[in-house]
Amino acid sequence: MTSGGLIERMQTGLWTENPGLVQLLGLCPLLAVTTTFVNGLGLGIATLLVLTCSNALVSATRRWIKQEIRIPVFVLIIASLVTCVELIFKAWFPTLDRSLGIFIPLIVTNCAIVARAEVFASRNPIGASIADGIGMGAGFAMLLMAIGAFRELVGQASIFSRLDMLTGGEPFEGFSFADSGLLLAILPPGAFFSLALAVALKNYLDRKRRIARSAGMPSSLRETRK
Amino acid sequence: MKDLTVIKTGMTLALIAAICTTLVAATYQSTKSRIAANEKALLEQSLQTALAGVFYDSSVSESRLILQAPHELPGNDAAIIYRVFAKKKPAAALFAVTARDGFSGPIRILLGVDIAGKVTGVRILQHRETPGLGDKIESARSDWVFQFDGHAIGNPVLTAWAIKDDGGDFDQLTGASVTPRAVINAVRDTLVYFDANRDEIFSLPATEESE
Repeated sequence: MTSGGLIERMQTGLWTENPGLVQLLGLCPLLAVTTTFVNGLGLGIATLLVLTCSNALVSATRRWIKQEIRIPVFVLIIASLVTCVELIFKAWFPTLDRSLGIFIPLIVTNCAIVARAEVFASRNPIGASIADGIGMGAGFAMLLMAIGAFRELVGQASIFSRLDMLTGGEPFEGFSFADSGLLLAILPPGAFFSLALAVALKNYLDRKRRIARSAGMPSSLRETRK
Repeated sequence: MKDLTVIKTGMTLALIAAICTTLVAATYQSTKSRIAANEKALLEQSLQTALAGVFYDSSVSESRLILQAPHELPGNDAAIIYRVFAKKKPAAALFAVTARDGFSGPIRILLGVDIAGKVTGVRILQHRETPGLGDKIESARSDWVFQFDGHAIGNPVLTAWAIKDDGGDFDQLTGASVTPRAVINAVRDTLVYFDANRDEIFSLPATEESE
């Protein structure tokens, strides 16, 4: 695959087929941990790591894996990687690990990961699979960060609180703008509202772009409705 | 030959399982000491915070007493007691006990009690409660855990050691009632144990490091 193809692969994950915004996969961690920006960033990095490595391993071993055993093999690879990431988090980011709690081990059940192994990595060369893993993982991480930042801003009227969980050092309370925010945003319904807003925003941007593009075409080809 | 294919496929699966296990084992080995150090640092830090207002001049972790299960404290794993002394006289005790009835798994609790039986601080050492709901028992996330400070058995009476929904004296957490119940019960049971075994706790010799 050419480098242009690799970039295109990453764009697919980041935008056109974003696992959270378009495929709506992995919603459980997405909705549960995005109460702050730092939580979103932490889980995003962990998911990105697991997804990239699992895509690479699945793609590297795809010639030897028969159809019948591919699912157990995917599960083995993903579960081992998640365990390693959990241990690494416990060793280097202990406070973040405590804050994310059960959601680090639960990356195993993030269907976005097994879906990429099945749909992409098991059928494509290793370079493309890694690019796909990075693209999809980054797409998911960006969405986690965006929703985390949004909910933190609205719900707690602050941003970047507890950034020290990732960087180490003194406890950092973040930039606060008011004493309290709209509590609903950090409660579970707020997660659904935020995700809905994010999906709506993406669709709006896509449509605007499509209309702008079709404006330059002859009227017979112009798209009027989706 | 169909049998041969089955064996070959099985071998592939076994090989991958072996590789994955090696990967996990290697990561475990290389992170083990760091994780242990992190947990110890966290423990030392938390030990101090659960001793608010207590004057002591002894080293906290040296006076450790480990009670192997079964014991009368909450939890069915080993309970740890740290004895704190001031001028060689008992000043306070710290308990690391486990509440088994948390919402998602055990909750490891640190509880400080002064010699009179008053709570000097409660901290959560380890839990897997729901982020955003049950995790408010962490002192970093809400003030909930501070409400125990200064209370003792008899203040309030035993039956009032419950959340307000259950007719008790303690605040609950929005969206989580299982978690506070588990913590309150464990705190109460530990205080009862301390009341009954005070002299014995301070007279037993420290448990040696087993590693």
